[in-house]
Amino acid sequence: MVSDQAIFAQALLDPDHPLPPGVTSHTHDAPAKRFAVYRNNVVVSLVDALAARFPATQRIVGEEFFRAMAGVFARAHPPRSPLMMQYGDDLPDFIAGFAPAAELPYLADVARLEAARTRTFHAADAVPLRAEDFAAISPESLVALRVKLCPGTAILRSAHPVVTIWAMNADGGEPGPIEDWVAEDALVSRDGFEVAVRRLPPGGAAFLLKLSNGATLGEAATAAMKETAAFDLTANLAGLIGAGLAAEIIDGKGTSS
Amino acid sequence: MTKSLLPAKTGVGFKPEHFDGLTADPGPIGFVEVHAENYMGDGGLPHAQLTDLHQRFALSVHGVALSIGAEGPLNRAHLARLRRLCDRYQPESFSEHLAWSSHGGAYLNDLLPLPYTAATRARICDHIAEVQDTLGRRVLLENPATYIAFAESTIAETDFLAEVVRRTGCGLLLDVNNVFVSSTNHGTSAPDYLAAFPLEHVGEIHLAGHAESVDDTGAPLLIDAHGSAVADPVWALFEQVIARAGPLPTLIEWDNDVPTWPVLRSEAVAAAAVLDHHSARHAA
Repeated sequence: MVSDQAIFAQALLDPDHPLPPGVTSHTHDAPAKRFAVYRNNVVVSLVDALAARFPATQRIVGEEFFRAMAGVFARAHPPRSPLMMQYGDDLPDFIAGFAPAAELPYLADVARLEAARTRTFHAADAVPLRAEDFAAISPESLVALRVKLCPGTAILRSAHPVVTIWAMNADGGEPGPIEDWVAEDALVSRDGFEVAVRRLPPGGAAFLLKLSNGATLGEAATAAMKETAAFDLTANLAGLIGAGLAAEIIDGKGTSS
Repeated sequence: MTKSLLPAKTGVGFKPEHFDGLTADPGPIGFVEVHAENYMGDGGLPHAQLTDLHQRFALSVHGVALSIGAEGPLNRAHLARLRRLCDRYQPESFSEHLAWSSHGGAYLNDLLPLPYTAATRARICDHIAEVQDTLGRRVLLENPATYIAFAESTIAETDFLAEVVRRTGCGLLLDVNNVFVSSTNHGTSAPDYLAAFPLEHVGEIHLAGHAESVDDTGAPLLIDAHGSAVADPVWALFEQVIARAGPLPTLIEWDNDVPTWPVLRSEAVAAAAVLDHHSARHAA
């Protein structure tokens, strides 16, 4: 037997579903407009939550398109967790398969970047290592070290100029033509309580992804150089430290220094 | 069990954009209230702000997603998160709603109504007992704003709440706007509802704005929208409650179309004036 709340929940998400049995009011025994308040609350609150989390995505497609798309998503994919800060983690994958948005192949990656920004905003606090913490390490021993990245560090690889598109459509940005349509890799990280978004240099994404999987600096550099001869270990290491990504240096024996 | 320890002053539902205004110019604010679920991330600005605020003000943690009225068992993972939050911040009060919001693993992000029967009452009591045991504290249960009724309901909402209090030892959060909204929506009398409400168990009051609509027959239908100033009839009901019960911790909720801090502060000042008036009278 389907429970009362199962029927009620079904009717909330499906506007064509009949009113749940037993729902009544003092004025009317089939109070469709009253039940519609709940239907509206559910879908509008979910769409509002997505609009707040994906403002650049909304700006690209316009409010009307975004809210229609978000409404389709919300009815098909209501939250699985009561933590609304997580709602929309799977919106980018939905957008990638959403036929009406097919002519904007970069849209899903912009949404991925925005989803990552929320996760980074709520990530655990950490005090990043400074350049001084690396100063005493000799270049020979450096390659054998592993670097634990700070919580909230996210790397997003894109076939599109995702950072440029996002920045143009983020709050304060100015959309315009993109002359140099090249693939961009994004770095999302915490800068104090702010969320920083940077474009990674060539090989930077491969380097950081290897490090985040526990590779040594040497292994990560090798992987990055295999991807592109333009990889510059010194510049990427300086970038890693400058962006405050290093939480901990771990030597070859697995102990922290 | 820890009782609600909020001061009998005015509080506001905290919005991050008000942090600077609230801390620089708090006016009569004696406590702040936050939605528990917004502080369940691992770190970042929300926790830094909450830590700072709780050093300045008493704190009410208000859950909006526990789904106490659900047919199924409580979400234990969520209850554990609530416990961690309460353990970390030691709020002066924890409250939740007489409503449900989750079913079959889906979270619907709204406070949904339930029929009032002996069976639903037994379930609510079990859930509240579990929450209180897990959190090690008394819970304040809030009366809902509702738009529909259920044919199977056999118990008045005030009787339902009074019996839940008697059986579980929980307290109540009296949302005066919800009383006005529900009474209007069901064609009943708000003063009668308040006369039947067990005020002696109220640990906090909520005030908020509502929106006006009509139902299928053109009858007035009020929406608990939290997007405007408190309406005059709600202020009048609030005065009656405070005249009867004496000053109680009173929260202004304004969650949508959030105003500037001075506008929200002026609502808090108006509520504080009512509390002060009756504080003087009760003391005299």
